[in-house]
Amino acid sequence: MQFGVFTVGDVTVDPTTGREPTEHERIKAMVAIALKAEEVGLDVFATGEHHNPPFVPSSPTTMLGYVAARTERLLLSTATTLITTNDPVKIAEDYAMLQHLSGGRVDLMMGRGNTGPVYPWFGKDIRAGIPLAIENYDLLHRLWREDVVDWKGKYRTPLQSFTSTPRPLDGVPPFVWHGSIRSPEIAEQAAYYGDGFFANHIFWPKEHTQRMIALYRQRYAHYGHGSADQAIVGLGGQVFMRRNSQDAVREFRPYFDNAPVYGHGPSLEEFTRETPLTVGSPQQVIDRTLGFREYVGDYQRQLFLMDHAGLPLKTVLEQLDLLGEEVVPVLRKEFAALRPAHVPEAPTHASLVAAAGGGTDSTVHAVDDVTGKAPEGATR
Amino acid sequence: MTRRTLAVVSAGLSQPSSTRLLADQLAAAARDELVRRGSEVELRVVDLREYAHDVVNNMLTGFPPAALREVVDAVTGADGLIAVTPIFSASYNGLFKSFFDVLDAGSLVDRPVLIGATGGTARHSLALEHAVRPMFAYLRAVVVPTAVFAAPEDWSDGTADGALRGRIRRAAGELADQVERRPPASGPADPFALTTDFLQMLGRSDDTPVS
Repeated sequence: MQFGVFTVGDVTVDPTTGREPTEHERIKAMVAIALKAEEVGLDVFATGEHHNPPFVPSSPTTMLGYVAARTERLLLSTATTLITTNDPVKIAEDYAMLQHLSGGRVDLMMGRGNTGPVYPWFGKDIRAGIPLAIENYDLLHRLWREDVVDWKGKYRTPLQSFTSTPRPLDGVPPFVWHGSIRSPEIAEQAAYYGDGFFANHIFWPKEHTQRMIALYRQRYAHYGHGSADQAIVGLGGQVFMRRNSQDAVREFRPYFDNAPVYGHGPSLEEFTRETPLTVGSPQQVIDRTLGFREYVGDYQRQLFLMDHAGLPLKTVLEQLDLLGEEVVPVLRKEFAALRPAHVPEAPTHASLVAAAGGGTDSTVHAVDDVTGKAPEGATR
Repeated sequence: MTRRTLAVVSAGLSQPSSTRLLADQLAAAARDELVRRGSEVELRVVDLREYAHDVVNNMLTGFPPAALREVVDAVTGADGLIAVTPIFSASYNGLFKSFFDVLDAGSLVDRPVLIGATGGTARHSLALEHAVRPMFAYLRAVVVPTAVFAAPEDWSDGTADGALRGRIRRAAGELADQVERRPPASGPADPFALTTDFLQMLGRSDDTPVS
């Protein structure tokens, strides 16, 4: 099972000091969090993508490329990549490039984005969110699997004899997750392709997640990718820990009370009861997280939101120490002991290459303009 | 015998509340009328006041807390709805509107609704027609022609058999007509139900989006 962190990349006032970080500080903090994730033994760092204040991560592959250069093992991912407003051609190119540079340490999570005004900035309309996600991803899927693509759709200009470069590393496209909170169509999409499904999980009652995962598993089996319990599931989680649980509650409460999304609404106690948010000791986080499995089944990836609501970097890094040293080692062991042998791990570049019968260089060489001949050793 | 459920929503704030009193009288009249016609009727009466904080939390977080979830399911899964609000500043009160704001879009489509209101003066009575009825029209509910407004004189004139009672009976009969015209409700819609499949979605991606 993979464990990691996902970040929204919000610039938020620390309610205990009134201080708001600069964009520069926030960007550097996100990188520090990613490096720390590797240092404490986590598997995944995933960044959000946003194109409006108060968020900084508008350029995920720039950030992830930088992190890739400074890490060895960490898997770089997104939470989420906007499949609606981004050009699927650019996604294909950018993430294939990142895949080469990081040595295959990359996967992506597709999401639609729920901020209406962002869509028209990119020439799109939020009311077409689902059709955009369907059409754009279908093109992206082809661009990584077919060397030369002829394509015509509704939402971008047609493609004739188009080759997306670079071709995926070893001829194996990055693994893709699809994230959705409550759109059954996206669970269906993930199931159709045999891709992963990620339930954000953190701001809503567990029943939402349970229903969406059950639908995804059922449709995954329907489309013949394996049995329902072999579908590839990821979950979000949100925790704040101190050794003594009262200390955790006391320290986190002002951040909770003023947080974007749920601040000034339900009490911390109500929200921890109604959603997976856990504020307490490392043991409480272990117990709660192990409980997720009881309503979604054995799953492959657990990401935690650790750095939102204005929490200072120092606190976040302390949280990552606790997560990496006290929580995740126990969770790894417990989840592994519970997982039946026929339930797979989350795909990685290595496992996908192995499944493909080994890697092949998939470079598409240009045809020589003058002689009309391909260079020596070219694959076509 | 057909089983029917009527949800009764009162947005009265004071206790005791004349809004709740009107809601109870409308509910009793509608129940009696359906029973007279041979149905078995279950009433579910909701005082929104008890869920006021939950309604606001729902607006802020996007999901209803468990207690409100149960109420939302009862209201959206009923055969008929009786909705009664006090008139504040020429319209429904904020609690009434907020409750209907947090329901899923489409959850009251084709639902028979009887609307009622109370106010400090009969001059507020047309608020039912210019505010409450249009809101339910937007939600594509079927609002019966008679809307019942109760002014102070309706309670104080000793008119137990008077004009108010007559309007209540007429409205209840209209609601019963609409309820009887429909098959029994099958409960609240499931927002997680898949109503399409992938190939259909792929083929449909060049349709104009539905807003």
